[in-house]
Amino acid sequence: MSATTLDSSRAARGRHGWLANALRKIGFLPALLIVLVGLLVAFEPRFMGTFNLFNVLRNSSALMIVASGQMLVLVVGGFDLSVGAVIALTSVVTAKAMAVTLEAAPDDVSTAILFGVLAGMACGFVTGLVNGACVAFLRISPFMVTLGTSSIATGVALLLTNGIPVYGMPDAFVKEFGRAIWFGLPMPVYVSVAVLALVWFMQRQTTVGRYIHAIGGNMQAAMVSGVNTNFYLILAYTLCGMLASLTSILLTARLGSGQATMSGNLMLESIAAGVIAGVSLRGGVGRVEMVALSALFLSILTNAMNLLKINSKIQTIFMGVIVVAAVALDEFAKRRSRDARGR
Amino acid sequence: MSEQAGTLLELTGITKRFPGVLALDDVDFELRHGEVHVLFGENGAGKSTLINVISGTFAQDKGRFVFRGEEVRHLTPHKARVMGISPVFQEFSLVPDMTVDENLFLGRERARFTLLNKRAMRATARQIIAELGFDLDPTRKVGTLSRAHQQMVEIAKALLTDVKLLILDEPTASLTEAETTKLFALIDKLRAQGVGIIYVSHRMGEIKQVADRITVLRDGRKIATVAADSVSDTELVELMAGRKIDVLFPRIDHRPGERLLDVRDLTLVSGAVREVSFHARAGEITGIAGLVGCGKSELVRAVFGLEPIAGGSVSLFDKEVSSFDPLAMLRAGVCYFPSDRVAEGLALARPIRENVSMAALDLPGFARGQVLRRTEERRAVQEIADRLKLRPAQIEPAVGRLSGGNRQKVVLGRGLSRDIRVFLFDEPTVGIDVGAKLEVYELMKVLLDLGAAIVLVSSELPEVLNLSNRVYVMHRSRMVAELTGADINEPAVLACFFREEPAAAAA
Ligand SMILES: Nc1ncnc2c1ncn2[C@@H]1O[C@H](COP(=O)(O)OP(=O)(O)OP(=O)(O)O)[C@@H](O)[C@H]1O
Ligand SMILES: [Mg+2]
Repeated sequence: MSATTLDSSRAARGRHGWLANALRKIGFLPALLIVLVGLLVAFEPRFMGTFNLFNVLRNSSALMIVASGQMLVLVVGGFDLSVGAVIALTSVVTAKAMAVTLEAAPDDVSTAILFGVLAGMACGFVTGLVNGACVAFLRISPFMVTLGTSSIATGVALLLTNGIPVYGMPDAFVKEFGRAIWFGLPMPVYVSVAVLALVWFMQRQTTVGRYIHAIGGNMQAAMVSGVNTNFYLILAYTLCGMLASLTSILLTARLGSGQATMSGNLMLESIAAGVIAGVSLRGGVGRVEMVALSALFLSILTNAMNLLKINSKIQTIFMGVIVVAAVALDEFAKRRSRDARGR
Repeated sequence: MSEQAGTLLELTGITKRFPGVLALDDVDFELRHGEVHVLFGENGAGKSTLINVISGTFAQDKGRFVFRGEEVRHLTPHKARVMGISPVFQEFSLVPDMTVDENLFLGRERARFTLLNKRAMRATARQIIAELGFDLDPTRKVGTLSRAHQQMVEIAKALLTDVKLLILDEPTASLTEAETTKLFALIDKLRAQGVGIIYVSHRMGEIKQVADRITVLRDGRKIATVAADSVSDTELVELMAGRKIDVLFPRIDHRPGERLLDVRDLTLVSGAVREVSFHARAGEITGIAGLVGCGKSELVRAVFGLEPIAGGSVSLFDKEVSSFDPLAMLRAGVCYFPSDRVAEGLALARPIRENVSMAALDLPGFARGQVLRRTEERRAVQEIADRLKLRPAQIEPAVGRLSGGNRQKVVLGRGLSRDIRVFLFDEPTVGIDVGAKLEVYELMKVLLDLGAAIVLVSSELPEVLNLSNRVYVMHRSRMVAELTGADINEPAVLACFFREEPAAAAA
């Protein structure tokens, strides 16, 4: 009889219960992270070297900041493909602005730094604003809008530099800020922790976070509840753009030059970090602390592959596989919890 | 001047046009303090549109809007709420991934400089839920709640602020008797406080129970405003339809034949159904009655393969079903009509035509191989639309543009698009007007004559009692009675709900 077969299949599932339970308690991602770090510590002595650890921390800090911005956009049900281009543009503009002001007034280093940082942040602000406004008012799909602005920003960055790195930033900015070690840790770690704390606070404790989630969860409901949906849509994109700019300024300061090719894989990785952290691509769901964890996970994974001297092209393929697998796993888990069919 | 008797809201010459339809045509409407004013009309008459204008969701194209003696221009949902206009919408406006209390306060959070005061909000939420007597947990995610509970959240949300004008668009559609009674008590309380209430419903019984005055709309025009105690049901229905409709339930000749569906000891993984057995025969309507949440809906959903089954068996045409999934069921000749038409039934952005033919595209009548036969599809769907008296009778507009009742007809239309022997109706007449209900019943009659077996699950007792040949009663996940012949009456069904209690406790 069918009842017996059904019962036995359920019993079979129950046998793996303890693992599932343990995973549920700590969460899949932290568990994965612990396993990965454990393996590295055990089998790869170079991993624990100070130089390597600092490298991992710097990379993961950068990714965490971009990814937390990306998360805000994913939560409102959008997508930001332009973060990579914003990083490139910001880098070039920051370096150029600093170099030019320094040349005009060689003694006034702090004005040059301030001016450069403001100009850099303005890049993300403007791009985000344009992205948000197009999505909110013109109802263009986020995919197309950000693809477009991404192309524009990349073009402007290349035009400004002809592809040549921009030098001439004040030494103070590079040595005392970009490559600084504060209390034994690289400076970007502190910046990223501050950003994460702020985003967490905004998400959990303020109306802004509430509305951003409501818009992604059910736009219509937010609208009839009196939420100014356009404002918060634009805000999400603008914050995302500005966080991308912030990341770029940190990277530029460390590198010591503005480069139009700086973003690397950050755009894809920021989306990957969100997806692995369980941020819903349909909007409405996403927690910044999970995004931070998954950014850390991705950075360590990349580091591990570098240490193992895995070909960078293979690494790119691997990253793609991880993203698709994360989405599939997420969907699968959802489906199982919602309407698993007894079969 | 006594506020009590004065006018709260006065609309004059309200006109609202959607592409292709004049949804409101020069409508006048007046609401007094402490009055329950019912809006009555067929599906698509413009009731929800009028409500949307009053609550600021749509702006009217023309017309004056005077609230508490002052003309209001450029109303937005936010402004309306601030002024004390609280709507409860027909299609819910809740965020599924947020908790009950987050939803309650959405748009008017307790906050200082955007900093949320969560504790105060949760406390207020608990208090208002307790006051309303609803059985709701403020920390649950709304997406995990049943339709009835979501309805309660909507109502609680509307009452959270200082309400001056409460709008209820078909609020009882998914509430139990007891909850409805509580809602009516609440309405009386608000009325006594001078709150003006606009109430939309298709149920004659409750309209007579709550209304002070009734405004009848037809095709976007105001037909009349009458005092509730001065009209009879038949007069009201006649005003609504513009023609005489005298029976509410058609006479159905049941000719029970072979058993098409046989369910034995069915138990679900979720526990919503336990050891339930029932059968349905060709040529008769088998009713399943029970309170909201008793598991009757899950029962038919499970038969159609939508809920995981833990034990028991289902046989169709004397063959035991081995794999439960909707496509296999459709192919075998079973069709299920969901009660939550928006969440499960319809692709709102797609045309009516596609929604109707969606379940039949694997048939040769609709596609040759993988290539669609558009002309045939259009003809078949148009025929179905005509049979259901869809309004407007076009099949190309997106379903999202239809009124609530007409959306329901589209869902029903899907079952007519292929050869089906067993029909599982889950609350088929929620939100459809009196005339359209009769049409749905007539449709069932036609299906019966063609030899179909119909399973009718409904929380509306009169419907089950009047249409069914046999009535099963479910209570707390179990089948507690099967009534036939003269035993099919309201007291007998109600008795089942109470009688079972001690027996279940003893077991
Ligand atoms: N957003 C929209 N776009 C286009 N047409 C619409 C829209 N909303 C409603 N309509 C049309 O306006 C008319 C009135 O619809 P409305 O929803 O007000 O009806 P209703 O009286 O509430 O009906 P029901 O009892 O079925 O809920 C219908 O013809 C409907 O198709
Ligand atoms: Mg309506």
